[in-house]
Amino acid sequence: MDISPDSIVYWQRGPIKLNATIVFSWVVMVLLLFVSWLATRRLSVEPKMSRWQNLIESIVDYMRTQIRAVIQQQSGRYLYFVGTLFLFISLSNLLVIVPGYHPPTASINTTAALALCVFFAVPIYSIMQKGLKGYLQRYIKPTVFMLPFHIIGEMSRTLSLAVRLFGNIMSGTLIVAILLSVAPLFLPIVMELLGLLIGQIQAYIFAVLALIYIASGVTAQDKNQGDQNENNNNNDRKEND
Amino acid sequence: MESITVIGKFSILVAGLTMAIGSIGPAIGQGIALARALSAIAQQPDESNNITRTLFVGLAMVESTAIYCFVISIILIFANPFWKHVVQQAGG
Repeated sequence: MDISPDSIVYWQRGPIKLNATIVFSWVVMVLLLFVSWLATRRLSVEPKMSRWQNLIESIVDYMRTQIRAVIQQQSGRYLYFVGTLFLFISLSNLLVIVPGYHPPTASINTTAALALCVFFAVPIYSIMQKGLKGYLQRYIKPTVFMLPFHIIGEMSRTLSLAVRLFGNIMSGTLIVAILLSVAPLFLPIVMELLGLLIGQIQAYIFAVLALIYIASGVTAQDKNQGDQNENNNNNDRKEND
Repeated sequence: MESITVIGKFSILVAGLTMAIGSIGPAIGQGIALARALSAIAQQPDESNNITRTLFVGLAMVESTAIYCFVISIILIFANPFWKHVVQQAGG
């Protein structure tokens, strides 16, 4: 039994292999690109708009609201990176309903690549906001002795991001495969349904955790802004009361 | 042949033990987190959106420990490196 789509090889020449992981992540990417091309082909600002534009606008607006709710500040630059992560993982988990499709997130290679993107995005965003010095100061914040713990923390959270997504999606496909040999009549469909739900939750969690990691690197500077937001919220609440 | 039997026996045993012991902690932790979140929602129903979102993220972080155990036991059963090594030596 295969535990990852890596072992399904479609095409091979020398050391270059084209396995199911690569092929199906290309499929997901092409689908995302095609749908966004279709949606942004004829943009209109009037109420009468195409259905595709309406769909994409509602998704983007919802992601903006969620990001604002999680980090208590404007979504800003975070939307592009975190939203892309969410859309890719969510679509690649959702397409499980298509027969013959192997989710690329069931391979540790895909999830490790995504987690590495988050790993490198944290310093990039932090340096963009606070400069190199401000970023490096974070490592020795309480005392210098905290340096190894900060480094270990960065490594281990990258590892846990990768393994969490991989474990959840892989266990979904594996449980269905095992159930097919034990009780093939009705139960696999129920588990497949549960797998769809878990896939969406994991996509959400991956995006939110990436957002929290990135935002935690830049919060020190935006603290005043955050306090202001909080004050504004309190004022709004008082007015509502 | 002898080492194959030993490796197979202990792989299955340890895979089961990994799941059994490794899922105790996360199960208790998730139960506590869920109970606290429910009582918090009961006290402040207005904040239920906020609490639910935090609960989901927290549950996922707690769950990751159990997922590590699961991955380890899956590796032991389906992709055991020692098993492959012994089989290769016996074959070639």
